[in-house]
Amino acid sequence: MPDTSLPMTERSAVPSQPVRFRGGGFTVKGHRWAALLAFVVLIAVWESTNRFGLVSELFLPPPSAVASALAAMAQDGSLWQHLKASLMRIGVGWVMGTVAGMAVGFAMGIGSVARAVGVPLVSAFFPIPKIALLPLFILWFGIGEPSKFATIGFGVFFPTVIATYSAIDSVPRNLIRMAQSFGLPWASILRKIVLPGALPGILAGFRITASIALILVVAAEMIGAEYGIGAFVLTAGNLMLTDQLLAGVLVLSLLGLTIGTVLSILERRLLKWR
Amino acid sequence: MRLIIKDLCHRYDDLVVLDGIDLTVQEGEVLAVIGPSGCGKSTLLGIAGGIVAPTSGTIAVAGEVPDGCLNPITFIFQDFALLPWRSVEDNLSLVLEHHPLSAAERRERIESGLRRMGLWDFRKALPKQLSGGMRQRVGIARALAVRPAMLLLDEPLSALDAQTRELLMEDFLSLWQRERTTALYVTHNLDEALRLADRVVVLSRRPGRLREIVTIEEPRDQRLEPSAQAHLAEVRDRLWHLIRAEAQLADREIADA
Repeated sequence: MPDTSLPMTERSAVPSQPVRFRGGGFTVKGHRWAALLAFVVLIAVWESTNRFGLVSELFLPPPSAVASALAAMAQDGSLWQHLKASLMRIGVGWVMGTVAGMAVGFAMGIGSVARAVGVPLVSAFFPIPKIALLPLFILWFGIGEPSKFATIGFGVFFPTVIATYSAIDSVPRNLIRMAQSFGLPWASILRKIVLPGALPGILAGFRITASIALILVVAAEMIGAEYGIGAFVLTAGNLMLTDQLLAGVLVLSLLGLTIGTVLSILERRLLKWR
Repeated sequence: MRLIIKDLCHRYDDLVVLDGIDLTVQEGEVLAVIGPSGCGKSTLLGIAGGIVAPTSGTIAVAGEVPDGCLNPITFIFQDFALLPWRSVEDNLSLVLEHHPLSAAERRERIESGLRRMGLWDFRKALPKQLSGGMRQRVGIARALAVRPAMLLLDEPLSALDAQTRELLMEDFLSLWQRERTTALYVTHNLDEALRLADRVVVLSRRPGRLREIVTIEEPRDQRLEPSAQAHLAEVRDRLWHLIRAEAQLADREIADA
């Protein structure tokens, strides 16, 4: 409906000019193909440096050679053998560290005594590079799997503790007060308010601990393992088989990407409400 | 149900927030509490509802609770306090799940609460999909689902825009018209107090002391009538006169702090 509340003279007599739009930029837009294009360009540049003899194949094998090495590994079954060993170590170590870390983190999140005791201990132990403890774990648990599980578990434990109790801290207190005001029992408040409220923070912690587990499994396998991606990369390096070395690195990268994707799916499913 | 507050004092460490409050909320009465920022209104409500432990003094209730009452003293919160991961109906279900109710009765309470607040069609929605006014309606429906004997309302309309506030005031009016649930209503808004309350308690600035209790004679359903306006304006002036200087001082104190 046109504005007829002013006299015609007021509406049309004065010369006018359009208001200039000044609100552009400073907004992140999605560019779906940009990432793919960046990968294609990177691989093309990498491949061409070798093709044109700019870099020795020994120092930086081209992507095609890495792909061939990976295909050969997949064909002769060694890829699965190494991958299976690494996945088993990551799985067991991560679950151990996560379960223990969440239990302690929960205790610290809801109990003031547990927090008073736990915070200084966590602060003291968290900065230790966990791989430095592997020789000690080997001494305690032997050269086999348990020492690797312990290294990964120990590395995952502390960030999980921190993520869990910080996540509990971030649960809005008003929701807990609301539940108390309606007489919800303590266990129900924990299960229905605190746990789901802390879930975003805990899942964010999973992302960090998954990366830590990946780093530690490679390091542990480099120190003492026959099978595993870390052991494979180390052997390939020692034999100057750089195409296989990079194939191993590529597998690690894909493994990290897969774990990240699985966690993203989990977050989307569990945190639909955000 | 009546609420009797005797010689209530409360302090946070060295900070005295409430001092010597003696107050009775009568059965079926809506008692509004107004006062400057930081005078302890919300603390008073928290103490009355048993979620803040008073430093000294007593809080007691007397009288019958209605049939089917699951939580005699029930809060309605300023920030709604809805669980964002639960749907509207599951937010209502939350406060019933720990009671030994049959599935049918639980469903009936949820449906009745949601229908009364006009939210039945939104029962599957998440709180983030609702407007502020609808979220507060969920908060009210949740309170109604436990059939309370007394409502404690902590500035329930202050997070809402003026139009939504008006609509929700109508909801409260019809609620109190039908059920005459006793209510302690904390607000900083004089107009809300004048529309909804039977009596208005004025607290002084911190430490909150009872300054005056003003009774509003007009029946609630006639307060929009032209004949009531002169008297209500008088009461408003009186209330404003009581809190104006205190509010200014409290404001300066907050700025200095």
